[in-house]
Amino acid sequence: MGYRIQVDFDLCESNAICMQIAPEVFEVRDDDFLYILNEEPGDEIKAQVEEAAQRCPKQAIAIAEG
Amino acid sequence: MRAAETLRSEGFDGTIHLIGDEPHLPYDRPPLSKQVLAGDWQPDRVALTTPEKNEDLSFEWHLSSKATQLNIAEKKIALDSGQTIAYDGAIIATGARCISLRMAENLQGVYTLRGLDDAIAIRSEFDNSPQNVVVVGAGFIGAEVAATARQRGLNVTMIEAAEIPFERVLGAEMGTVTADVHRDNGVNVITGTPVESFKGQTRVEKVVLGDGTELDADVVIVGIGVRPNTEWLKDSGLVIDNGVICDEKCQAGPGIVAAGDVARWPNKLFNEQMRVEHWDNAVEQGVYAARRLLHGGQSMDPYAPTPWFWTDQFDRKIQLAGRTRPTDEIKVITGSVEERRFATAYGRDGKLVGILGFNRPRHVMQYKQMISEGTSWDDALNYAKEQS
Ligand SMILES: Cc1cc2nc3c(=O)[nH]c(=O)nc-3n(C[C@H](O)[C@H](O)[C@H](O)COP(=O)(O)OP(=O)(O)OC[C@H]3O[C@@H](n4cnc5c(N)ncnc54)[C@H](O)[C@@H]3O)c2cc1C
Ligand code: SF4
Repeated sequence: MGYRIQVDFDLCESNAICMQIAPEVFEVRDDDFLYILNEEPGDEIKAQVEEAAQRCPKQAIAIAEG
Repeated sequence: MRAAETLRSEGFDGTIHLIGDEPHLPYDRPPLSKQVLAGDWQPDRVALTTPEKNEDLSFEWHLSSKATQLNIAEKKIALDSGQTIAYDGAIIATGARCISLRMAENLQGVYTLRGLDDAIAIRSEFDNSPQNVVVVGAGFIGAEVAATARQRGLNVTMIEAAEIPFERVLGAEMGTVTADVHRDNGVNVITGTPVESFKGQTRVEKVVLGDGTELDADVVIVGIGVRPNTEWLKDSGLVIDNGVICDEKCQAGPGIVAAGDVARWPNKLFNEQMRVEHWDNAVEQGVYAARRLLHGGQSMDPYAPTPWFWTDQFDRKIQLAGRTRPTDEIKVITGSVEERRFATAYGRDGKLVGILGFNRPRHVMQYKQMISEGTSWDDALNYAKEQS
């Protein structure tokens, strides 16, 4: 039961909320762009990823199951 | 809305009533002063939910319904329609509304901005290319409106009663930097004089300042702050004092929690009773309050977040985390103020209490974390030195 993270980079404004919640997955670097470190992280941090998706002010994070 | 979604995701399968006095389903407010006013977004893009999603969560909606009374003893909420709703638990999230200027009552062309309908009305004024837009009050929302209007090519004046805009939150130095962003982009910023009166028959024509100056105005947006919506609770027995007073775990009364702009609670991290008017808090506190209601508070830590917000002013993304005061010590920890790309730390009583970023999201989030951990001011400065 894996899942896949998709970020809509047209919406993302690099405010790094997601990085604060799940730093293993999301990183905003010095160039002010968001990088996804792992598009298919394990179930052990799924709760954090879901929280990041919910807390993203731009609703830019989608989680695809499968 | 977030609270209600949380009740469901945490397994509550009873009935959830959502009561709102606006005709709209829940929507996102921050884009109203940004993308919606700019004309970049169609208003329906701000919706926070879709009919399908609603179906899944099976909420009972009561839109265009105002809650008029809370009866704690009988566990009932009265609506203006005459209906009463019985509850086992209630979440108060009635937010806040804009303070308006009495003297502008009945005058067309004078607006406040809180809701979707306000944004649509102001946008259509902007669509008619007014000669002069005047923004009263240099708060962050007023300033966003000024920036958006200016970016649409309009002639904009922003009036602030205080000598230095944003000083109360950012301090004199950083407040000035922020105001200068507006000046450099062609906003006429007038400080140190309050608005005395408005002139005009049915529609506003002039704004008169305390020092006698008269400014031509076709559209006026008043952004002088908000007041929590607590009137409906006045006979409820809950304690109301600039918000609904809650305990450190967001409980306001038996079976009642509060969250968002309306809630005031003691935040342990800052040893301060606070009410926070930011988006992020509305979401986080909504989730917390819902959990508290559902599971009881025994096993939960007190709600003690580091407040955080962002605002878009022209091409700058300004973020502030923590709880700052004008008297705090400040230190620019990275970047250059001249280039307007920097982060400034705020210290008080030997502790790191705030971080302000101009296009520096990563630093803001890093230091926000340090604030949450109770980092001392010296440690924060040393850390900044090591990093640079
Ligand atoms: C134009 C604008 C721009 C903003 N930009 C930012 C930003 O960039 N960053 C940021 O962090 N924050 C921003 N905010 C603040 C953020 O939107 C608020 O903090 C957030 O909306 C608070 O949510 P809430 O649920 O507490 O209250 P609200 O969103 O105010 O919701 C409360 C709802 O309850 C309804 N209501 C009130 N009384 C009753 C009653 N008696 N019965 C029934 N219904 C009632 C109200 O009509 C309203 O619909 C902005 C706000 C505005 C207005
Ligand atoms: S929280 Fe959302 S907007 Fe912010 S950086 Fe992450 S994806 Fe982008």
